[in-house]
Amino acid sequence: MTTTTLPAQRQLPLAAATGPTTTSSPWTQARVLARRSLIKTWRTPEALIDVTLQPVIFLALFTYVFGGAIAGGSQEDYLQFLLPGLLGQTIAMASVALGQNLNADIEKGVFDRFRSLPIARSAPLVGAVMADVVRYVILFVVMIAVGTVMGFDPASWTGVLGSLLLAVGFALCFGWISVYVGMLVRTPGAVQGIMFALIFPLAFGSNVFVSTETMPGWLQAFVHVNPISHLVGAVRGLMMGGPVAGDLVWTLVSMAGLLVVFMPLAVRAYRRRA
Amino acid sequence: MTNAIEASGLTMRFGSTQALAGVDLAAREGTVLGVLGPNGAGKTTAVRILATLLRPDSGTARVAGFDVVRQPAQVRARIGLTGQYASVDEDLTGTQNLLLIGQLLGFSTRESRSRAVELLEWFDLTDSAGRTAKTYSGGMRRRLDLAASLVGRPSVIYLDEPTTGLDPAKREEMWDVVRRVVGEGATVLLTTQYLEEADALADEITVIDSGRVIAHDTPDGLKHHVGGQRLRVRPTDPARVDEVRALLLALTGVGSETSTRGEVTCRVDDDSLLPALVGRLQDDGIAVSELSLHLPSLDEVFLTLTGRGTDTDTTEEAA
Ligand SMILES: Nc1ncnc2c1ncn2[C@@H]1O[C@H](COP(=O)(O)OP(=O)(O)OP(=O)(O)O)[C@@H](O)[C@H]1O
Ligand SMILES: [Mg+2]
Repeated sequence: MTTTTLPAQRQLPLAAATGPTTTSSPWTQARVLARRSLIKTWRTPEALIDVTLQPVIFLALFTYVFGGAIAGGSQEDYLQFLLPGLLGQTIAMASVALGQNLNADIEKGVFDRFRSLPIARSAPLVGAVMADVVRYVILFVVMIAVGTVMGFDPASWTGVLGSLLLAVGFALCFGWISVYVGMLVRTPGAVQGIMFALIFPLAFGSNVFVSTETMPGWLQAFVHVNPISHLVGAVRGLMMGGPVAGDLVWTLVSMAGLLVVFMPLAVRAYRRRA
Repeated sequence: MTNAIEASGLTMRFGSTQALAGVDLAAREGTVLGVLGPNGAGKTTAVRILATLLRPDSGTARVAGFDVVRQPAQVRARIGLTGQYASVDEDLTGTQNLLLIGQLLGFSTRESRSRAVELLEWFDLTDSAGRTAKTYSGGMRRRLDLAASLVGRPSVIYLDEPTTGLDPAKREEMWDVVRRVVGEGATVLLTTQYLEEADALADEITVIDSGRVIAHDTPDGLKHHVGGQRLRVRPTDPARVDEVRALLLALTGVGSETSTRGEVTCRVDDDSLLPALVGRLQDDGIAVSELSLHLPSLDEVFLTLTGRGTDTDTTEEAA
């Protein structure tokens, strides 16, 4: 009746099933799981659209549609202002996929296996966040490369490198919001809905597109507490020259805040999720 | 002999659904416990509690001597879970799926690799090892899933409906696999909707329904209780159903039931009945289009145990 033949005489290497298996460190576990995420990304390159094509479209659209009207008519000048800002916005947007992927993994039952293994509870989440570094670096490089072709001319390339570190660091902290939302809601679609509802006010209620002085007072107050504004301020300072210290400090503080609040929340939500 | 799995009074509620209403389970070391129940009986919920994925509302459970709520890490180090829905990573290859588990468990790269090769070969997946699991058939996925749960050499293995959705040939193949896993000395908890499957694999069977244990016995004890085999006869000419029933009554002395499809079913405890029946059918010139002996379906088991069938109509089992 059976069509496939299993090698019947071979012993299943299970026998000495007694003691617990060797355990690895949480760091190793997160690294192994990060590698898993990277393999998946590699297999589905279309998952990189939000860090390649999408930001390029934004960059082109905003530069050529608004540029003429905003920066005294010079699109080239506006590009110098816009690019560091758009980096802040697109990095926040790129974090949405993180929560969506984790949410899908949980629904598919892949995480059931991880949860039944003797590994750190947080390892699957930390691993996924770590793997996202690659996506943010791609995003950054693509934006700078395309921007340069369009005429972006940073004052300091060292500053650009510094911005890369800062922006990726910020993304790793901000991403925990997305992870948390991914643990809370039922579907990847809902993750996207909630994250966009959160990111749009943060992205537009900021100094990303226009300078803050043009806004009404109450909005200026919001912009000043908006962590994306400080990230953008610091990135602008680093790339184009100008004051950096104040925004840099605020960015580091908000990074710490995001991490301290949302990482434990996400891990707790993950534990509780049945 | 000690129990590798021991649960008592497990309860679990989801919203308004009482998934478990006080379930006791016990599996002696090195044996197979079959948990038999229809859709929604609470099988998966029980498995998830025993695998530390869910905390029971009340009740206690010990696995390999450790409490699932208070010592989850020790429990996890000793169990292998093959869930109802294959939890292999579809974007990874067979090899990568197994390597991942080995590395997570702290095996060296070399160890993980040799373990993966070993298991893939054992589960007859070597030829597909380099393909992504997405491209696997249902049966291959199940085998990969089972292989993944064995990477860490668990002493307690949970198999949640390992053959549901497999065709009969693949089901028998899976049974073979399970028997050999048990042959290695592990304790297995296997859930199923088929008495036939529990009978083929389990040392003891716990029958659950709506979150309660309604029977616990050895397969033989249970079969004895629900009345051994069922004989099914369908005369080609539906008009002769009554003659068939009369024949059966004369031969067995027990009554039979007739389905709307013109099948006559009755309990038989005596193996010599079938040849006798064939002879009588021939003498009377009654042609039959179906004649079979089979174990009671879950529906028939439930009818006997609870006086009512399962709430589902999906359990009709042909043998
Ligand atoms: N996470 C959940 N949320 C809400 N209800 C749930 C949840 N998990 C299980 N249930 C309910 O609990 C009951 C028992 O479910 P369970 O999955 O344990 O049954 P089962 O015996 O495994 O069924 P099946 O044979 O269909 O797999 C069902 O009524 C189910 O709808
Ligand atoms: Mg189930």
